[in-house]
Amino acid sequence: MSVLFVLIGASVITALGFLIAFIWSVKNGQFDDDYTPSVRMLFDDEVVKKKK
Amino acid sequence: MELEKFSYDNKIVKQFAIATIIWGLAGMTVGLYIALELIFPALNFIPIASFGRIRPVHTNAVAFAFVGNGIFMGVYYSLQRLCKARMYNDTLSKVHFWLWQLIIIAGALSLPLGLTTGKEYAELEWPIDVAIAITWLIFGWNMFGTILKRRERHLYVAIWFYIATFVTVTVLHVVNSVEIPVSLFKSYPVYAGVQDALVQWWYGHNAVAFFLTTPYLGLMYYFIPKAAERPVYSYRLSIIHFWALIFLYIWAGPHHLLYTALPDWAQSLGVVFSIMLIAPSWGGMINGLLTLRGAWDKVRESVVLKFMVVAITAYGMATFEGPMLSLKKVNAIAHFTDWIVAHVHIGALGWNGFLTFGILYWLIPRIYQTDLYSKKLANWHFWLGSLGILFYAIPLYWAGFTQYFMWQQFTPEGFLKYPNFLETVTQLRSMYIMRSIGGAMYLFGFIIMIYNMIKTIKQGNLLENEDAQAPALSKIEGSHEGEHWHRWIERKPIQLMVFSLVVVLIGGAIEMIPTFMIKSNIPTIASVKPYTPLELQGRDIYIREGCSTCHSQMIRPLRFDTERYGEYSKAGEFVYDHPFLWGSKRTGPDLAREGGKYPDSWHYNHMLDPSTMSPGSIMPAYQFMLDDNLDTSSTAPKIRAMITLGVPYPQGYDKIANKALMVQADLITAGLKKDGIETTSDKEIIAVIAYLQRLGKDIKANNQVFTTKK
Repeated sequence: MSVLFVLIGASVITALGFLIAFIWSVKNGQFDDDYTPSVRMLFDDEVVKKKK
Repeated sequence: MELEKFSYDNKIVKQFAIATIIWGLAGMTVGLYIALELIFPALNFIPIASFGRIRPVHTNAVAFAFVGNGIFMGVYYSLQRLCKARMYNDTLSKVHFWLWQLIIIAGALSLPLGLTTGKEYAELEWPIDVAIAITWLIFGWNMFGTILKRRERHLYVAIWFYIATFVTVTVLHVVNSVEIPVSLFKSYPVYAGVQDALVQWWYGHNAVAFFLTTPYLGLMYYFIPKAAERPVYSYRLSIIHFWALIFLYIWAGPHHLLYTALPDWAQSLGVVFSIMLIAPSWGGMINGLLTLRGAWDKVRESVVLKFMVVAITAYGMATFEGPMLSLKKVNAIAHFTDWIVAHVHIGALGWNGFLTFGILYWLIPRIYQTDLYSKKLANWHFWLGSLGILFYAIPLYWAGFTQYFMWQQFTPEGFLKYPNFLETVTQLRSMYIMRSIGGAMYLFGFIIMIYNMIKTIKQGNLLENEDAQAPALSKIEGSHEGEHWHRWIERKPIQLMVFSLVVVLIGGAIEMIPTFMIKSNIPTIASVKPYTPLELQGRDIYIREGCSTCHSQMIRPLRFDTERYGEYSKAGEFVYDHPFLWGSKRTGPDLAREGGKYPDSWHYNHMLDPSTMSPGSIMPAYQFMLDDNLDTSSTAPKIRAMITLGVPYPQGYDKIANKALMVQADLITAGLKKDGIETTSDKEIIAVIAYLQRLGKDIKANNQVFTTKK
């Protein structure tokens, strides 16, 4: 069952990548505001409309 | 702040949308065809149309061509707007698009020819695997490039789902596709038996998770709020949904191997994670549905939202069913039956299909600056599709239970009530007919959509480049003194890190995996021997014809399995199986202990016309095996590849392999002659017979006590 080392290795590396991404995103302030992104995405920035 | 002017690339979105529609039509048509083959076996009239060969065409076409292009369509549309930036590079977009279509065409041509690795959902042979990896990296490059030049600091949750998709699919594809080429169109996976099964279903499960689920969840989080014109129910929940889902999903693969020869603890681990998955999955479903809170009147009006609501509901049902199917007791009922086929189609037709349709109905009129040609036709599509899903799934659930109950029924005396497997197949005919009707309805609805789309496109005018404006992203200034250096560290390292991770993984995998694998090919059962050259050739024909799409080779330690098929399968029996051929569905009986059950002449006549030996059989006829000559020129390279993989053939065996092959073939031919069958030793059928007669023999001899019952 040595393939488990490969799979666990690959899975852990992937998971670590996500963990780093998670820590980065929290520190970067990505989730400081957990409401307005859901509203802002509703507005596209077509040229005709002036920016809100 | 000064506004920057730029434009969104709608042309690439249109291209992917059209590809989605074309491949969807192709994939679903093949699906209907193979469903009909189960009712009318005569439809298997030529080798390239036989069930075993084109079933992978159907699965690959709907998963990687239809849904794949759907992903790219949605990502290219939403990513630009969420990042307030045009795609990183137009050329990369084009290269990505055309390479992906070429890969699909290569798959559609090679699979019917029998060029397959035999690994479910990863059937494409190694040159195409390489092309997929390259194309996927181009997609990632283009995506990260866009993210890095974005004008919106916050990464909306959909983008996180896209990133997770890219990263994980890269890892899965690379690890699962490590194989040794034998020729341009033939390779063997480096893993064998149980190990290959574990890698394959780690991949297979996560292909569902990270190709059919996470990107579509990203699309859900973008297109449902857009179509409903209201924010997602809870943005906070969506963040939790994302992180919980990706951390749990990757460990659930072993639930595809319950009761098999996989070590028990690995099975249990897979079960535990599968059960936990219900939490984030349902969190996501609830978040999607509640986005429509207080706006259900819009669902009545908007066909787009109707499709999306059914899609999310199907997602919820499938992700409830999944954890339930992971429970061992439930799995014992469902595994190898049509229940699994029904489960998969709730996901594919309901979740992926309907979300794609919803997005298409929303997106095409928008980029063509017009209204949908006909709402009425779209409603027809919706109802035909919805009813089609029900007509498809319900008969198959019924079929699954029917199969299980017939398989496990014992008489009061303790014998199998239906010892003839065929009885449990012919019983399903009416359900297969119903299922085909459901599939046909779904397909018909899809064709109505195509007509509607063509009309919409004709009356509209494509806005190839949609102008937009947004302020540039202001730099967050750090304490570093050099501006140039600072900019470098802010832009490049992420790109660099991601790609170096990918490169390290690929390199590491290719170097380490074979080393691991070869060392572990030490047989744990002394009587298990490598295949003879003739058996190996026969096995490759078995793979070519996709026999494992209908025949499993895995006897579970359940009384109704061992009574019917013999001693349960042991991990040590498969150490030379590159690839493993356990299968996932029993449309025909298990073959793990087929060797010695019938005389050679039975197999000969059975391949000529299965219905003569088993009246009512729905198996395709394989007359061509009786006529075609075996290609013995491949024997030597195959043996050499196996030696490289650690299979203990004697040194230099590749040079004398064909001699051994002919000796064994002549014996079989002579035996057939005694039964009145005139053939020559160089036919493919001889190799197939040799392989089938070998199956399960290794330990049968040592376990007479166990297998002579009944």
